[in-house]
Amino acid sequence: MKHPLGVTVAALVPLTLASLMTGAASIDVFAAPSDPWAMLVLMESRLPRTLAVLLTGAALGVAGMLLQALVRNRFVGPDTVGTGESAALGLLAITLLAPAAPIWLKILTAAAAAMAGTALFVAVIRRLPPREVMLVPITGIVLAGVIGSIVTYIAWQTDLIQLITTWLMTGEFSGVIAGRYEVLWIAGAAAGLAWFAADRFAILGLGEEVATGLGLGTKGIMRLGLAVVSLVTAMVVTTVGMIPFIGLVVPNIISRIMGDNLRQSLPMVAAAGAALLMACDLIGRLVRYPFEIPVGTIMGFVGAGIFLILLYRKPAHG
Amino acid sequence: MADTALHLTAMPAGRRKTRMLLALSVLLAAASALWLFQGLGEGNRAFILQLRAVKLGALLVVAAAVAVSTMLFQTVAANRVLTPSIMGFDSLYVLLQTAMVAGLGVAGFAAIPQLTKFLAELVLMCGLAVLLFGTLLGRGTRDIGRTILTGVILGIMFRSAAGLLARLIDPNEYAVVQAASTVSFTRADPVLLPIGAGLTAAAIGVALWLAPRLDVLALGRDTAVSLGLRHGRMVVVTLALVALLVSVATALVGPLSVFGSPAFFGLVIAGLAHALARSHRHDVLLPAAVLIAANILVIGQMVFERLLGQQAALSVVIEFAGGLFFLYLLLKGRIR
Amino acid sequence: MIQLSGISHRIGGAPILNDITAELPRGKLTALIGPNGAGKSTLLRLIGRLEPLQQGSIHIDEMDLTRTPSVDLARRLAVLGQQTQIASRLRLSDLVAFGRWPHHQGRATARDRKITAEALETFGLGDLSHRFLDEVSGGQAQRAYLAMTFAQDTDWLLLDEPLNNLDMSHARGLMSRLSGLVGSAGKSVVVVVHEVNYAAAWADHIVALKDGRIAATGTPDEVLNAGTLSALYDTEIEVARHQGRPLVLHH
Repeated sequence: MKHPLGVTVAALVPLTLASLMTGAASIDVFAAPSDPWAMLVLMESRLPRTLAVLLTGAALGVAGMLLQALVRNRFVGPDTVGTGESAALGLLAITLLAPAAPIWLKILTAAAAAMAGTALFVAVIRRLPPREVMLVPITGIVLAGVIGSIVTYIAWQTDLIQLITTWLMTGEFSGVIAGRYEVLWIAGAAAGLAWFAADRFAILGLGEEVATGLGLGTKGIMRLGLAVVSLVTAMVVTTVGMIPFIGLVVPNIISRIMGDNLRQSLPMVAAAGAALLMACDLIGRLVRYPFEIPVGTIMGFVGAGIFLILLYRKPAHG
Repeated sequence: MADTALHLTAMPAGRRKTRMLLALSVLLAAASALWLFQGLGEGNRAFILQLRAVKLGALLVVAAAVAVSTMLFQTVAANRVLTPSIMGFDSLYVLLQTAMVAGLGVAGFAAIPQLTKFLAELVLMCGLAVLLFGTLLGRGTRDIGRTILTGVILGIMFRSAAGLLARLIDPNEYAVVQAASTVSFTRADPVLLPIGAGLTAAAIGVALWLAPRLDVLALGRDTAVSLGLRHGRMVVVTLALVALLVSVATALVGPLSVFGSPAFFGLVIAGLAHALARSHRHDVLLPAAVLIAANILVIGQMVFERLLGQQAALSVVIEFAGGLFFLYLLLKGRIR
Repeated sequence: MIQLSGISHRIGGAPILNDITAELPRGKLTALIGPNGAGKSTLLRLIGRLEPLQQGSIHIDEMDLTRTPSVDLARRLAVLGQQTQIASRLRLSDLVAFGRWPHHQGRATARDRKITAEALETFGLGDLSHRFLDEVSGGQAQRAYLAMTFAQDTDWLLLDEPLNNLDMSHARGLMSRLSGLVGSAGKSVVVVVHEVNYAAAWADHIVALKDGRIAATGTPDEVLNAGTLSALYDTEIEVARHQGRPLVLHH
């Protein structure tokens, strides 16, 4: 592929159109300007959902790429290191302690908890032997399990299991309507902001020694990266639930094609993440039409397959 | 020097191990008695006793199956941190069950006699597991990390595939599968229980008979081959035993996973068994693991169910404690 | 001049360096030699602020190491540790270009690009510049990291065992290039070398370490004699002369 970004964006256009045209209500999207009912469906349901999918896919892809640069390991994603579980824990805590807290405070709490959880993961893996590449993702999965079990236990004790089920189980977009997805713009903005520091993330990806040698303050850039990853994951988990594998698989594929010069590759990661999630969401909506299969389920199957191929195609180096 | 020291302590160590196994057995007997007779009222004695006995039986069978399957699996992989559950064994079982519902329809699935279904599942599960994990582990695991990761990912894939299949059939049937794929010790069927217990006992018997060869298998493929063990065949036999035990446990009470992440019960058991037995010999390790697991499950279930009044919390607590234990092992550098 | 005074360092309770006071001269090629575990790499990494300083002080020319912002140091001093970590997936040209980052902070000028291209050429990487770092050999990757350090174009160059992974001709080429930088461009270079004869052939100044202390310093002729070296390495060593410089022999 000579212009991977061009090809991906070209694929995004028909996918987006298809998404706008797919739904339980049979309306003619192109007649929307003259048909008030069609316009209502479009603006209240179809467009928000399509935007939500695009923002989520793009932001999770970018978050995954940043996380992989921060921990210098290809086999982790925001969904496998406990970030989402920590966000759920934070949100659960504020829901219990201050149910009347304004929404922005809840969002902030979830993001802060996500950041603490991810920082804990980073602190743990720093104590692992540096050569054991595969122990890093395993640590993440176990840590996610431990935090998840705390969340489950608290939720059980407080009869909030219904609430956390929507966060921790497979994500889906069927509930997205205007007014219930807008925080995803924060995720998108955070991912966009990361592009301005792309060089710094790429240098950090070379290792702390090289970064120090080049005069980069590694702590600051580490914190910035953790903040972006946590913000993105917290927003996604609390609006649409966990979306597995996007943040894991997309950065791997793009890194294969374009390498880790993040200033060039981050836009591509965002576009590819959006395209893959959009495609999976469309499959989920069409395969059992008019019923829906959650995109998380489709992604779990498709993503796991892609991941296994990547795992066995690329031998020694991580 | 070290050799003589080892030799000198061999006798007392042997006696110590016997004492340890004895102590664990006594503890288990006491716990079981308490389980059966604690707070037994005047009326309906026979009924309550039978109910409790069935549940106790389920707990014991599951404990034994999980303990032995984990020990055997770690032996095949020559690694102390793998459990069948981490490697996606019970997800495979859920997928298998969903596939059967999808293939036969709910009515067809329900029409099959309980026993036939149970046995068919066992056979299928053993075949699939040997095929899948035999290829994964058979050639020796040079890159153990990648093997674990593969298992974890396969687990997610199986679960997603099961979810996908379940959604493709109608929501109605989805509920049937859902019910079949959450863990509950009260679900144990009094008809299947004796069969499950018999199969588990038989599998453990075979494992004990194979114990000397398992000791060699645990040294890893290269060493085992150079010591003259028929490694490939031993791997297949051991994996078949693991699959049998996992299937029995899962068929009786449902998969021992909560919320999509692997349960670490087996890991804790294996870690404790190694710590307490301080031996590499399977004829000590296997009984120790079984007794430890049975004690934890019976006592734990009793505490949570009767003292704290929380039926379901045990699995979450096990996951929490098991996960922390795993992280501890990881940071101690015991996982390679 | 790099001024080291009273430096002691411990790693996990074990003493690595013990009250080191020394001067590394400006405009010279200085070699740090000594047996395994003598503390050579630790000393170099302390000077390059890759490890936090525990005790003592380091001045690089007029700059106090602990008080100078990292990015200012990066324009005056380039340091290359041993590359043991897993490679990132960067093109060699991208990697070397990051050597200019301390100077432009993300806005590369034509001059930056010219220096990058020169560094690639200097290390014979022109044809490989579009390859990914994880797809080249260990020696080629090592040369790419060296090229990045060169592109940083600093007064001081600190290299920790830069000859690792390099074959005989590239190792010789690197030492001669370092010597050339000192002679013609007036740079100052500090290298940790494992093989004493590279120090014997190219260094202007030698610091020999043993058990975390300085065992000897001076010119190659002063330090590299049978008595000092035999004591340093606890091995019977002879020293001959070859083309006017010492040649260390042992069996």
